[in-house]
Amino acid sequence: MALSTPGASNASSSRPFDTVAALKESAVVAAMVFVLAIGLLGFHIEDVTGGLELVTRFDAVAVAVVLGFCGRLALIALREGRPLPVVLTAGPIGLALIAVLLYVQISGDQGAVRWLPFGSVVMDWVVGIAVIGFALRALLGIWRSTDMRSAEERDAAMDRFGAQVQRVARVLGPFLLGFAVILPFLPGVDRRLLDIGTLVLTYVMLGWGLNIVVGLAGLLDLGYVAFYAVGAYSYALLATHFGLSFWVCLPFAGIMSAFAGILLGFPVLRLRGDYLAIVTLGFGEMIRIILLNWYQFTNGPDGISGIPRPSFFGLPFKHYAAEGVTTFHQFFGLPFAPIHRIMFLYYVILVMALITNLVTLRIRKLPIGRGWEALREDEIACRSLGINPRNTKLTAFAMGAMFGGFGGAFFATRLGFISPESFTFIESAVILAIVVLGGMGSQIGVVFGAVLLIGLPEMFRELSQYRMLAFGAAMVTIMVWRPRGLLAHREPTLRLGEPPPPATAKGAE
Amino acid sequence: MNAPAQATPEEAPPLLTVEHLTMRFGGLVAVDDVSFSARSDHITAIIGPNGAGKTTVFNCLTGFYKPTSGRLSVEHPRNGRLLLERMEGYLIPRRAGVARTFQNIRLFAAMSVLENLVVAQHNRLMRASGFTVLGLLGAPVYRRAEQRAVERARYWLDRIGLTASADMNAGNLPYGAQRRLEIARAMCIDPILLCLDEPAAGLNPRESAELNELILYIRDQEEVGVLLIEHDMSVVMQISDHIVVLDYGRKISDGSPKQVRHDPAVIRAYLGEEEGEEERPAATEQPD
Repeated sequence: MALSTPGASNASSSRPFDTVAALKESAVVAAMVFVLAIGLLGFHIEDVTGGLELVTRFDAVAVAVVLGFCGRLALIALREGRPLPVVLTAGPIGLALIAVLLYVQISGDQGAVRWLPFGSVVMDWVVGIAVIGFALRALLGIWRSTDMRSAEERDAAMDRFGAQVQRVARVLGPFLLGFAVILPFLPGVDRRLLDIGTLVLTYVMLGWGLNIVVGLAGLLDLGYVAFYAVGAYSYALLATHFGLSFWVCLPFAGIMSAFAGILLGFPVLRLRGDYLAIVTLGFGEMIRIILLNWYQFTNGPDGISGIPRPSFFGLPFKHYAAEGVTTFHQFFGLPFAPIHRIMFLYYVILVMALITNLVTLRIRKLPIGRGWEALREDEIACRSLGINPRNTKLTAFAMGAMFGGFGGAFFATRLGFISPESFTFIESAVILAIVVLGGMGSQIGVVFGAVLLIGLPEMFRELSQYRMLAFGAAMVTIMVWRPRGLLAHREPTLRLGEPPPPATAKGAE
Repeated sequence: MNAPAQATPEEAPPLLTVEHLTMRFGGLVAVDDVSFSARSDHITAIIGPNGAGKTTVFNCLTGFYKPTSGRLSVEHPRNGRLLLERMEGYLIPRRAGVARTFQNIRLFAAMSVLENLVVAQHNRLMRASGFTVLGLLGAPVYRRAEQRAVERARYWLDRIGLTASADMNAGNLPYGAQRRLEIARAMCIDPILLCLDEPAAGLNPRESAELNELILYIRDQEEVGVLLIEHDMSVVMQISDHIVVLDYGRKISDGSPKQVRHDPAVIRAYLGEEEGEEERPAATEQPD
């Protein structure tokens, strides 16, 4: 099942095509694929009656080697400006693959699977999409009649793109916001979609909070979930022990988290980069383990249940209220519907996220925000200018942690139940991934990151076993393709009188 | 150019007094019992062969190292006499008004040229923004302060000829412009003493001449004392009023350029072997 031999002859480009060199390079790649595949694909342990059995799958190894060889050849052809053969070979093959896969998916006829190169639906989807991707790239090459651009040109182009997106975002922002505001009333929006929206917004808010620490101050924090946990537990404990309402507790949750941020900040003041990341990672785990083991205080692994839900200015969202209490639907004369509470929660997190955004945008233009960015750029230069690095770092930690705490309090009130299980390392990783993917320091980038990493996987829950796979693939792609994140483009916080130039002069060189 | 050294009355206490400064790193004595002083109307140059301890003196002055022993005092017009060796690093520029630049330029590369100069006015702006609270509320007090900071930055941009590139990223500037910007940034903290660590390194002759002009302007118009480390003898001999020569961590000469140029110890250690300063066969005998 070879997929393409886009080699030698027929293209009419001016440069001669070095067939031998191309074949040699592809053979090297094929050999590397063989070494990898023999271990990863070649042997498989299967559960059979009476124990385990070692199954060999050398056919899959062979397919992988052929794919590696042909893929490299196709890449070389693209690089050398010969897209036509790639289109002609990869296009039909990719279409055929996808057709078979769709047939299998729709008809459920598993017999056709054996026509596929790997004999496994998921693997073949990956292959099919990759082949189609090659064909499309080649088609684009014909259409533009340009060679593949160098990495720097691509990076410059992406930077221009980022700048454009940010300019568009200034216009688009209000529309996005308007869309977010009317979303609950749109036709076809059900409870599930609203729940996803609420979840995405929670992560948007957390991403914006973490962006202060990572994007602005440049302090790589792998334990952000700790502040999220502190906020959630602060609210849960205050509410269940003292019967305080959500709105009273929210500031406390933020203050407690900010305090935790300062607590973490002190020992790590001297650390930078990888060392800082490791200590913050440890801090995140410490908080989780304390929550797990301090049974008398946090109820340990059993978690805290019965956390009160937020009320609408004192009007609870309940069907039947206690004596003397007016409920939300009674007050507004609406028929009771459980979706009211969901909508309300959605709006609460929307407002909280917006406040986070406003504060962050504003603070970026204040001396403290510029101090954070300066600290990210060069700590020694900061000291030589009389900027106190200790206080500046601590405020960044505290500010980021505070928004994490707000998010945590919201999380607790939304679910009504929290336990240490919700605050594992993977949460920190996801929030950090949102920030990094979107582009460090970019506010709109965080929104895209959250939609991409939280929204889409939630929408396609059926494919849940492959979610982490897709997550990893997305991260690797971004790191290879655009290491500074999708929309990393920094606008100066101040300009010298003149209005911003219409086209970015920076990307041109 | 060297005239003011003799012309001005000598009663005024020097701006900076270094007394018996010693800095040891383990067994290595990088700076050994060095004493000198610098005046506010002088450009004082510290010269010496590679590894003579010049940058170490700077790092002690600006709080990056704590000296092993010795006293470093600054006579500040408002804050009185300050002992640098007892101050925390970041307070030295803030209280004592000692600013510095670095041998390998340290700009905030991803920030714009203008922002680099505004960041330098951080402490004043922090107070004006009510430590962020007032600024967050958008108080007019802060907006006016920011406007003033931008005006000050614009003044320096005009001086160093970078007004047109104000909104560019500092890291994208040409090398010579980065050097000038770093000096302007140091000047934005309103120092009384500016320490320049090899400002002419890597500059072409034209840029070097511009730099001389800028340094003289800082001394004469801004009335800020300049302390200068330099290898480029044309810069040193042209503009400095006072030269301190170090070799192997010791001071071997101290005086006006003319005196230093004719000092046999200096000629032996440094100037006489200009061509091969890396391999110095005569360096074994230490002049006292």
